[in-house]
Amino acid sequence: MADTLTVSGNRALMIEEPLIFELGHPGRVGVDLPAPAPVDFDRLGGCRRSEPAALPDLAEPQAVRHYTRLSQKNYGIDTGFYPLGSCTMKHNPRLAEKMARLPGFADVHPFQPVGTIQGALEVIDSLAGWLKALTGMPAVAMTPAAGAHGEWCGLMAIRACLEARGQGHRRRVLVPESAHGTNPASAAMCGFSVDSIPAKDDGRVDLAALTAKLGDDVACLMLTNPNTCGLFESEIIAIAGAVHGAGAFFYCDGANFNAIVGRVRIADLGIDAMHINLHKTFSTPHGGGGPGAGPTVLSAELAPFAPLPFVVHGTDGFRLIEHAHDAPGHQPFGRIKGYHGQFGVFVRALAYIMSMGADGLRQASSDAVLNANYLLARLNDALSPSFAGPCMHECLFDDRFLKDTGVTTLDFAKALIDEGYHPMTMYFPLVVHGALLMEPTETESRETLDAFVAVVRALAAKAKAGQAEEFKQAPRFTPRRRLDETLAARTPILRWRPPADRQAAE
Amino acid sequence: MRYLPHTDSDRRDMLAAIGVADVDSLFRDVPESARLPGPFDLPRALGEMEVERAFQRMAVTNLSADRAPFFIGAGVYRHHIPAAVGQLLMRGEFLTAYTPYQPEISQGTLQVLFEFQTQVAAITGMDVANASMYDGATACAEAAVMACRVTKRAKVILSGSLHPHYRATTETSLRYTEMDADVLDPDPLGVEDLIGRVDSRTACVIVQNPGFFGGIKDLRPLAGACHAAGALLVVAVADPVSLGLVEAPGAMGADIVVGDGQSLGVGLSFGGPGLGLFATREKFVRQMPGRLAGQTVDADGKRGFVLTLSTREQHIRREKATSNICTNSGLCALAFSIHLTLLGGSGFARLAELNHAAAVRLESKLARMRGVRVLATSYFNEFAIHLGDGADAARVVERLAAKGVLGGVPASRFYPSYPELAPVLILAATETNTESEMDTLAAALEEVL
Repeated sequence: MADTLTVSGNRALMIEEPLIFELGHPGRVGVDLPAPAPVDFDRLGGCRRSEPAALPDLAEPQAVRHYTRLSQKNYGIDTGFYPLGSCTMKHNPRLAEKMARLPGFADVHPFQPVGTIQGALEVIDSLAGWLKALTGMPAVAMTPAAGAHGEWCGLMAIRACLEARGQGHRRRVLVPESAHGTNPASAAMCGFSVDSIPAKDDGRVDLAALTAKLGDDVACLMLTNPNTCGLFESEIIAIAGAVHGAGAFFYCDGANFNAIVGRVRIADLGIDAMHINLHKTFSTPHGGGGPGAGPTVLSAELAPFAPLPFVVHGTDGFRLIEHAHDAPGHQPFGRIKGYHGQFGVFVRALAYIMSMGADGLRQASSDAVLNANYLLARLNDALSPSFAGPCMHECLFDDRFLKDTGVTTLDFAKALIDEGYHPMTMYFPLVVHGALLMEPTETESRETLDAFVAVVRALAAKAKAGQAEEFKQAPRFTPRRRLDETLAARTPILRWRPPADRQAAE
Repeated sequence: MRYLPHTDSDRRDMLAAIGVADVDSLFRDVPESARLPGPFDLPRALGEMEVERAFQRMAVTNLSADRAPFFIGAGVYRHHIPAAVGQLLMRGEFLTAYTPYQPEISQGTLQVLFEFQTQVAAITGMDVANASMYDGATACAEAAVMACRVTKRAKVILSGSLHPHYRATTETSLRYTEMDADVLDPDPLGVEDLIGRVDSRTACVIVQNPGFFGGIKDLRPLAGACHAAGALLVVAVADPVSLGLVEAPGAMGADIVVGDGQSLGVGLSFGGPGLGLFATREKFVRQMPGRLAGQTVDADGKRGFVLTLSTREQHIRREKATSNICTNSGLCALAFSIHLTLLGGSGFARLAELNHAAAVRLESKLARMRGVRVLATSYFNEFAIHLGDGADAARVVERLAAKGVLGGVPASRFYPSYPELAPVLILAATETNTESEMDTLAAALEEVL
């Protein structure tokens, strides 16, 4: 083992770091607070806490070092190339962070009188305006907190509209096999059943099979476009026609909107609702798993059912509609989260959009598609592309190139980690075997792509040359080697416990 | 364009390598009728200076809390955030990482989540917590659905103490399902009878403690009644700082605790993003929604962390998943965790005491005013007052704002159809409020009443 080479177990910048619970030292504190003046504590209604919360005590230097060391065990976009398909890991501009921290945005409360938050409402209204213009859709629900939340929002609007039309019996949702797992999960949360539809050999929806599945119990089709194979659904207008002809709605998963911003308007494709992941397409940081935002654009038919609250613009400035009775002509299906949406994410997304402008946004999607096609062309003969190009903003390979090498997609991904890259998305979509889905994004330079291509080609050659054992050992240079996920799931340890408690439990 | 590295010659060379004449040919699968020939007729790209100017203009039209005596809570609380929190959040390795799908290069995020889960379990008095939900309201809705799953029952009782946004979000979540909600009226005096409503069809009772109007309750009798009927008790905590001083829900018999971690480390940010907290008992862990970080070992036998129990989740279980949640509030969980680490056990308790002391001082100032009646007999850092029959709290708040004072939230903002709540004002005081701010509020209130 490499770590036996040092006394401490550390490897230079790779420093072992205990849990905060193992670093605490009673008597230390990281925040100096004044002693409270004596007060009448009867106001706690006899419910004073009996056991203090078991939290470790650290001074600020220990805490800062702890989190700094932990950060060094993470790979981010700032660290290097992150071609994680379907996640749009593009550069996160720091201007957006600076704007979100202006006190006028960061230090305002959602329940201040409306006259004191006109600027905040203007941010929401301006961003909504851009999203409507870029999609050609007449309305947008701004409050969904993430992509899956936006899916649910769109489907709830569809369900509410169907109920209002007396078509509550439409409960079946058609979802392609290649869809994100969130799609069927969101449909189930609206009381819909899920019916899966097959793809053709070219990776696109089989229109004939779809048409055969349509009927007067179908609520909607949920389709990702460009789809999860990185392909534009070339028959999308005919698909929309068939779906509408059967009296159903067309929901689009907008996770891949980055491919077409400024080049295609969603409205022109016949789509009724689509969420937009601001943390993908509009560059707000993923933060190790959120927060994101998933505003959902809606057609004129669905718009009256949009959830509360929403911003309107009158002669006296911006207003916030928080109750259905303040919105004549609307039948909002309800409220989907607290307050007024992911405001901090809105500020960042708007800063990005204004920085890019209409011209920059179109250039970004063009460059994203150019980069993916460049990877596809340069890796075409070394890996096994699942579908013929051109692709959109991501390119899909399967594991045929690893046949009989003893190397799996997982092994290949782990070897890329040792080479200094974040791997592509593995084993998704499920429609090809051992998928490797690469999304380079537009913020990567040609030199980065060339260097990556050289590494991938060399690794593919190694695999074909029978060096499987090296792949099985990867990653070797990471803070941790491969982790035992089976053990984690079989005997879940989901929190730290003091050693005494652990012994008592055993 | 500062975010796009390609030069025109890069693009030409790359198109040549691909073997197409221009970028438009890469879009040939797009139906011709849907292709846009050029950029939209919308504003063009701007430099940093121009963008900053535009945002500064919008930001200054808001009256930010740092420029006014500030007493608003109602689910979103203003606490002082130590400087180290903001600095550490900007570490690019935290900020620009995705969900930790590759654990070998995500140990930073995963260890933080494991620590966060332990901290949330510790302050709520529960066994386990997940790696976060979107916010308190959505966590509450998920708890209702989980309680129905656990008990195989369909009735959810929502207390009048529950934050109206938590209540509304939960109602929306149940709307097109087999589950339904029994919703109680707003309860500013804390007199509702929940125990009498619990029956053999009840999946859970959801209460907030301290309640939306401030009141604190001993939940043990309610927990006992729920458990006797085979139902779960779900407790919502709107400001987790209260847990430094108020009895932990876990110690009072809660089965699920939800809340919003916004008040530690995250800041106001106009109410979003928040940080959904979700904790429960060990035996329900496989019914939980959301991501979980778990401890394991690596190939060398060293302790490490992974996302685990993912067979509950949408990417594996699809329409049978416990929730559709994917992206959650990872970075806010980090902020919360750092803030709580800096506070430590003693700082957390002291912060809570300071909050309570501030609220008690504010109450004593307001209780002296003619016509004002304090409604809560118990509270933590927030309470409701009645401004006198015929008074309109919404207008009072507007007039206070005109004087530069952000003096609470009128209950009518949430309950417009309850005229008896029109004179009710909800006020919060935290460690950030000075004595002179309280005097300013009291004087301003005296003038506008």
